[in-house]
Amino acid sequence: MLDLAESYVLLNRSGKTQRDLLRGRTLINLFFEDSTRTRTSFELAGKRLGADVLNMSVSTSSVNKGETLLDTAATLNAMHCDLLVVRHDQSGAPNLLAQKVDAAVINAGDGTHEHPTQALLDALTIRRRKGRLEGLTVAICGDVLHSRVARSNIFLLSAMGSRVRVIGPPTLIPAEVAALGVEVFHDMAAGLRDVDIVMMLRLQRERMTRGLVPSAREFFRFYGLDMDKLAVAKPDALVMHPGPMNRGVEIDSAVADDPARSVIKEQVEMGVAVRMAVLDILSRRPGRNDI
Amino acid sequence: MTFDLLFAGVRLIDPDAGLDQMGELLVRDGIITDVGTTLGRPDGVRVIQEDGAVLCPGLVDMRVALGEPGFEYRETIASSAEAAAAGGITTVAALPDSLPAIDDPALVSMLRARGEATGSLTILPYGAVTRGCRGEEFAELGLLREAGAVAFTDGARAIGSARLMRLALSYARGFGAKIVQHPEDPSLSAGGAATEGELATRLGLPGIPAAAEAILVARDIRLARLTGGAVHFAHISTAEALDLIRHAKAEGVAVTCDTAPPYFDLNETAIGDFRTYAKLSPPLRKEADRQAVVAALADGTIDAIASDHQPRDADDKRQPFALASPGGSGLATLLAITMAQVHGGALSLPQAIALLTSRPARLLDSKAGTLGKGTPADLCLFHPDRAWQVEAGKLPGKAPNTPFDGRALEGRVLGTWKAGRRVFG
Repeated sequence: MLDLAESYVLLNRSGKTQRDLLRGRTLINLFFEDSTRTRTSFELAGKRLGADVLNMSVSTSSVNKGETLLDTAATLNAMHCDLLVVRHDQSGAPNLLAQKVDAAVINAGDGTHEHPTQALLDALTIRRRKGRLEGLTVAICGDVLHSRVARSNIFLLSAMGSRVRVIGPPTLIPAEVAALGVEVFHDMAAGLRDVDIVMMLRLQRERMTRGLVPSAREFFRFYGLDMDKLAVAKPDALVMHPGPMNRGVEIDSAVADDPARSVIKEQVEMGVAVRMAVLDILSRRPGRNDI
Repeated sequence: MTFDLLFAGVRLIDPDAGLDQMGELLVRDGIITDVGTTLGRPDGVRVIQEDGAVLCPGLVDMRVALGEPGFEYRETIASSAEAAAAGGITTVAALPDSLPAIDDPALVSMLRARGEATGSLTILPYGAVTRGCRGEEFAELGLLREAGAVAFTDGARAIGSARLMRLALSYARGFGAKIVQHPEDPSLSAGGAATEGELATRLGLPGIPAAAEAILVARDIRLARLTGGAVHFAHISTAEALDLIRHAKAEGVAVTCDTAPPYFDLNETAIGDFRTYAKLSPPLRKEADRQAVVAALADGTIDAIASDHQPRDADDKRQPFALASPGGSGLATLLAITMAQVHGGALSLPQAIALLTSRPARLLDSKAGTLGKGTPADLCLFHPDRAWQVEAGKLPGKAPNTPFDGRALEGRVLGTWKAGRRVFG
C-alpha cells in the first residue's frame, strides 16, 4: 500500500490525475465529527481518481447517536454508494456501520480507537524521509490515552519493525499499553533520547477540565516539545504532528515551523496520496466491478 | 389444571435435606407429600418417568430485572415468567430500579400480586434503598419491608456515598433486612465500558479499573462491621473482591455474595469486535478473575448464582459500544451455564443445585428451594447431559440480549412445575 501511495505522490506532484480509475464510483464522506483536514484529504483523493464525492456531516448532538448512525447507514445503503468514509466520536462505530452497509467502509477516525489512514500517511512520510521503517525508534508523545492516532501508529509501526515508545504523564497513558509492544516513559528527556522520530499528539482542553492534567502551562513545561527537549533526540530526528496543533500546549512554534525538523506539512501531502491508494485498493474488491 | 403427580426413576437432589439419590417424589394437591426410593403407584396419580433426569427444587433466582414497570418494551412480567419457566426457575427476586422504582409499599404489594397472577412465578420484590433509586433520600424501608420487600437495593446503581450506605445498613438492621449492593465505586466506573487493561486499550474503550469492585466491597465490609448490618454483594466478578469477602466471612462479618453466569463462563474477550451483547455491568473481566470466581463457587465463598437478568431490546444494543446499554438476559440460560461448571468438574451437581435453590432462598428468607414434605411442589426436571445451543433471539422471553450467543451447552430443562402445575415442558 505504501508503494502504491508512493506512486500517487509522484502523480500528484506531476499535476496529473487518474480520473478513469474510480469513474462512476460514489464515495461518501460521512462525518459525525468535525474534521476539515481528513475530510478534505479524502475528498481530494476521491476526486483525483475520478469518483463522485459527496460530503455528509451529521450532527451528533441529537439525543440518540446510535440511531442516527444506523438510520444513516440504511439510507446510504439504499443509495448504493461504493466507498464510505466514516469519522465518528465513538470507538467501533465504523465496525457497526460495516455490518449494515454493502459499501467498503473506511475508518477515518473512530473515538479513541483507530485512525488507520493517519498511521499510513505517517509511515509513508517517515519512509520517504528515512528510507525505511525497520529499526527506527519512534516516540509518540502526549495524550496517548485518548489518541486514535497513537493506537494506529503503534500497531502499524510495530508491525513494520520500528521500535515504538510512548511518553506522557501517567494519567494520559492507557492501561497495560506495554502489552502492545511499546516502551513507556513519563519523562521527555529519557523518552526522547536518541529517537529518530518524534510524533506529537494533540491535547484537548477537555483533559484539563476532567482533571487528567492540572493546566496547559504545566503540561507544556513537562511534555510540550521545544528545542531544548528535542536536543536529546538524534540530530536528524523528524518532528511530526497529526494536526490541528495547539501551539504552546504540546508543541512550541519554533519546533513546529522549523523546516529542518518538522515534516508536518509533508504529512498533509502524504495524506492525499495514501488515501488515493486506500480508495484504489478497496475499489478492487471482488464483486464490486459490476456496480 | 393440577394433577396428583408421581415422579419416578429420577435423581432427586434436595440440597436442603442433603438428599441426592435415585427415587420417587409424590405430589398431591400441589404439595410435596412424599419422597422416597419407591412410593408405589397410588390411584389417580399421573406418573412422570424420565430416565437420566434430575428432579430438584424450582430454581430461585435472586437478581432479575422484570422490565415492569416502565420498560415493557424490553420485558414484561408475562415474558419474564415465560423465560423463567423455560429456565426451571419458579421464584425470582425482582430488582427495584424500574420506572417508577419500587420505593412505595403499594408497588411491593403490586409485584407480589402480579407474580401470583402469572401462576408460574413467585416474585419476591426488593425495595429501593433510596427514592427513585437515585441515591439521595431514603425510601420508607420499614413500610416497604412490611409490605413484603425481601431486602433493599438500588439495583444496578451502586450506593456510592459511604454515609448513605452506613445509614442504610444501620437502619435496615432494625427490620432484619440486608442491603444488596452493586459493588462498583461509581466515581471510578462512570463513563466506563470495559474492564481497564490491554483489551480496552486496544479497542479504545473507556476503562473501569477492576479495583472499582474491591474498593466498594472493602468499604462496605467495614461499614457492615461498624453497624452490625448485613450486606450482600451482587454479581461479584473479581479475585480481589472475593478475597476480601472470604476474609470477612472468616471474621464473622454479616456478608454474603452472589455471582452471575457471565462472570464464571466468559471473560472480557467476549466483547471481541465491539459485541454489545457482551457489554455488562460490571464489565466482563480477565481470565484470572473468571477462574477466581469458579474457585469461589467451589469453596463456598460465593453463596448463590443469580442470573442478573437485564433485558434489553435490539435498539438498546445496536449502538457504538460505549453508548450501548449494559446488561445481559439470563433466565433461560441460568441452569445450563451453571451445569458447564459441573461438566467441567469444578462443582458437584448437588453443589450447583444448592447455589441455584436452597442457598439463594435462605438469603432471601424464602421457604422455596426445597423438596421438603409439606412444601409447595415447585419443581425443576432437567436432563444434565442433553445438548443444545444458545441462539440470540430464539430464547424464550422478549429479550434477545444474551451474552452467550452461539454457546453450546449440556443441560436442558425438561419440565417446570409451580405448586404442582406444569408451567413448562
